[in-house]
This record gives sequence, structure tokens and C-alpha cells, in this order.
Amino acid sequence: MGTESMTRRMFHSCASAAAAGFVLTSCGPKRLYEADKDRLKASIVELERQARERTGVDVKVSDAQAIPGVEFAYALDLSRCVGCRRCVYACVAENNQSREPQLHWIKVLSMEKEKGVDLAHADAYYQPETVPEEGHFYMPVQCQQCRDAPCTKVCPTGATWTEKDGIVVIDYDWCIGCRYCMAACPYGARHFNWTEPSIPKNEVNPNTHYLGNRPRPKGVVEKCTFCIQRTRAGRYPACVEVCPVGARKFGNLLDPDSEIRYIIEHKRVMVLKADLNTAPRFFYFYAT
Amino acid sequence: MRRFAGWGVLIGALAAGPGAAQLKVEAPPPPFSDGIYPCSNCHASQPVNRQRRELKDMHTDINLKHDAEHRWCLDCHDANNRDQLHLASGEPVKFEESYKLCGQCHGEKYRDWRAGVHGRRVGQWNGAKQYLLCAHCHNPHEPRFKAIQPKPAPNRPQTRSTHGN
Repeated sequence: MGTESMTRRMFHSCASAAAAGFVLTSCGPKRLYEADKDRLKASIVELERQARERTGVDVKVSDAQAIPGVEFAYALDLSRCVGCRRCVYACVAENNQSREPQLHWIKVLSMEKEKGVDLAHADAYYQPETVPEEGHFYMPVQCQQCRDAPCTKVCPTGATWTEKDGIVVIDYDWCIGCRYCMAACPYGARHFNWTEPSIPKNEVNPNTHYLGNRPRPKGVVEKCTFCIQRTRAGRYPACVEVCPVGARKFGNLLDPDSEIRYIIEHKRVMVLKADLNTAPRFFYFYAT
Repeated sequence: MRRFAGWGVLIGALAAGPGAAQLKVEAPPPPFSDGIYPCSNCHASQPVNRQRRELKDMHTDINLKHDAEHRWCLDCHDANNRDQLHLASGEPVKFEESYKLCGQCHGEKYRDWRAGVHGRRVGQWNGAKQYLLCAHCHNPHEPRFKAIQPKPAPNRPQTRSTHGN
């Protein structure tokens, strides 16, 4: 008799747990991380509607997935960069960053050649007549797309994760704006929308990706995604194409014939704050 | 800044190495000054003067700062066919393939350029790319980059003052 009632009890708890699980997973909002194909398709329609509402522009939201056999990596030639900040503004335009208040995913640091890479004395606000300045070199810093990303580990809601092609992304609808990830990021690469972002209507880039440059609401974190909307379509990131000195290189780490592999195999390469073991997919190198 | 109109002129094929597959180089047309090409328009009717001298009538805008002590116009420009360049061997080279000429001295840079590491490319990371010729970025007569004006510095973080300002 005892065993019988236990079985009955177990059956009921299991059944109710299953029912609750079913209700939770099939209804209500869902992270884009775990959305299946059909669900994603449906979400995209909603995201496009939201984006239209936010910007007043007919924004297209792509749901392009990671290309199999591709792991993206980036390399920046410190011996070439002249600190002109063309990349910063190309990024702003491509990725629909807020103009007012101003938000930049790329920060260019000016450093003294004598001191070498010295973050403590770096200056992001340099504004001389012309660059490069005598005795200075420049180090642009953006999301390093770490293989062991501290930011994704601290997120309490699972709103940020690493995609299969190595891009660390954010689900803007799941982000609660706690900014733990910003505190965890050793590169200052994550940025917070303190107020409603604003972009003039004629400057909105309508070609967006659901994990990338689609318009963001107030109160969420955003960052560089290697221009996911471009790179998953086979194109170079905007910063790569705009660089007037050709200091920025991009490609597939898994392709032995890629530019990025050539650099890693032939040039002097370093990563920023290597001692933290974040294993960035963003490399700095010296071509000369 | 030069504009890169007319992308996609197929200008030649590079051998990436002995036995390697031929690599197509797509680049915009060479950056000639307006109305200067073909050079033979003027030069065909003029005698060849190999004398090193100050140019007074034409090409006064050229400021030769490219190992000028050891170099003069006809070291690169071809005296027999003014619409072409020539290598050290005397072999003629089209302006569209001027990288071969540059590569004679700058072999390391040439190698990096072919690998996509030196210079600027646009297009597809996994497909068709457009290259720029050496001369699109470096003025061949004065190759050193000129300083440029930086874009505006970012705003400093706004802090609401608690000290009465």
C-alpha cells in the first residue's frame, strides 16, 4: 500500500513537472539562444516590427547562422595604424550606434612609443591637427571575442554567449541591463545604453542581424560583433574596409590559406592582456 | 583622397609561388592624374632626354622623394614606350601591373601584399576581393604617407556634478 501511494505521488509530481516545463518552454518569451528555426523566423518578424517602430525606417533583420567550418579572427597591425579614427565612425554608421548620447564600440588609444603598450598612460581623447603624432603609436581596442570570455560567464540571465563561429553576441531582449558583463570585461569593450539611443532617420543602416546591429532599446549592453550582419554574408567588417592604411585584417582561423593564418604564422603577434587567459580572437601584430 | 571608381578591372594574374594556383588580382585602374595618360600623346613627338635635370615645363608637381639620389624617371618609365613601365631587366610592365615593378626592391612587402597582409582589400573574406595597387596608397614618386586629420575624439563620459557646478 505504501509503495503504491509513493508511486502515485511520484507519478503526479513527474506529470506536473513535465506539464509545467511544457508550458514554460512552449509559451511566453524565449531566449534567442535556444529558439528553434521556426520560432526564430517568427521572432524575426517581430524584431523587424520593433525596429521599424524604434527608427521609423524599414529595417531588415537577418537570421543568418554561423557558417560551418568557420571561426572568425581579427588582426590589427600596430606598426601601420595612424590613429585617424576612421574605423570608429565607420563602425558607428554600420552598426547603428547611438549618436546622442554618443556610443563608440571602438576606442583608439594613443600611446608613447617609449613606454610601449601601457594602458595606464594611454589617451583616448587625443585631438591633434594631424596624426600620427611624433613619438606616438595607436592601439584601437574593441571586443576581443575571447575564447574564454569572462563576460558571458557572469551574465545572470544567459543573455550573452559565444556563437559557433566565435562571435560573442547579446540578446538585447533578454539583457536586463545589470552590467555585470561590463565589469567582467577586461577590455572595456561593452557599452551600456543609459538612455534611449538616437540615430537620425537618414543614417540608420537598414541591413541588420538579430544578434548584431539591429536597433537597441534603452537599458541594454552592446558591443562589437565583428559586423555579424556582414561577415556571415561573406563580407569584411566595416572597419577593415575603411582603414586607410590597411592595418585591419580579418578572416577564418580554420582556413590555412586565410590572411589571418598567414599573419599568425609569419608575423610577430600578441594579444591584449594575455596574462588574463581570456584567449582573444583579436590579435595585434607588427608587420614590419 | 582618391576615389576608387570603377572597381573590378581585371588587371592581371599573380603566381602565388612556384607551382601555386594563379591568383587573379582585381584592382581599380591606376591612379593617373587627370588628363595625363596616355603619356605618348606628348612624348611620342619628343626626343628622349636621359639627363637628370629640374623639370620646368611639365610634371612640376612631381617631387621625387623615392631614393632620388639613385633614381631618375627612365629607371621605371620606359623610354621606348611611354605608356608602360619597365623592370630592371628591361622587360616592359603595364601600369596596371606596376606592383611587379615595386616588388623588385620591396620584395617583402610584395609578398605580404599578395598574401593580403600589406595594403587594403575590400570584398569577401571568403571570396572575391578587390585589391589596391601600391600606387593607390603610395605616391610612387613620394611614397611616404602624409599625416592626415583624425576624426573627432570621443566625448568624455558625462558626470553629473555633485559639487555645485
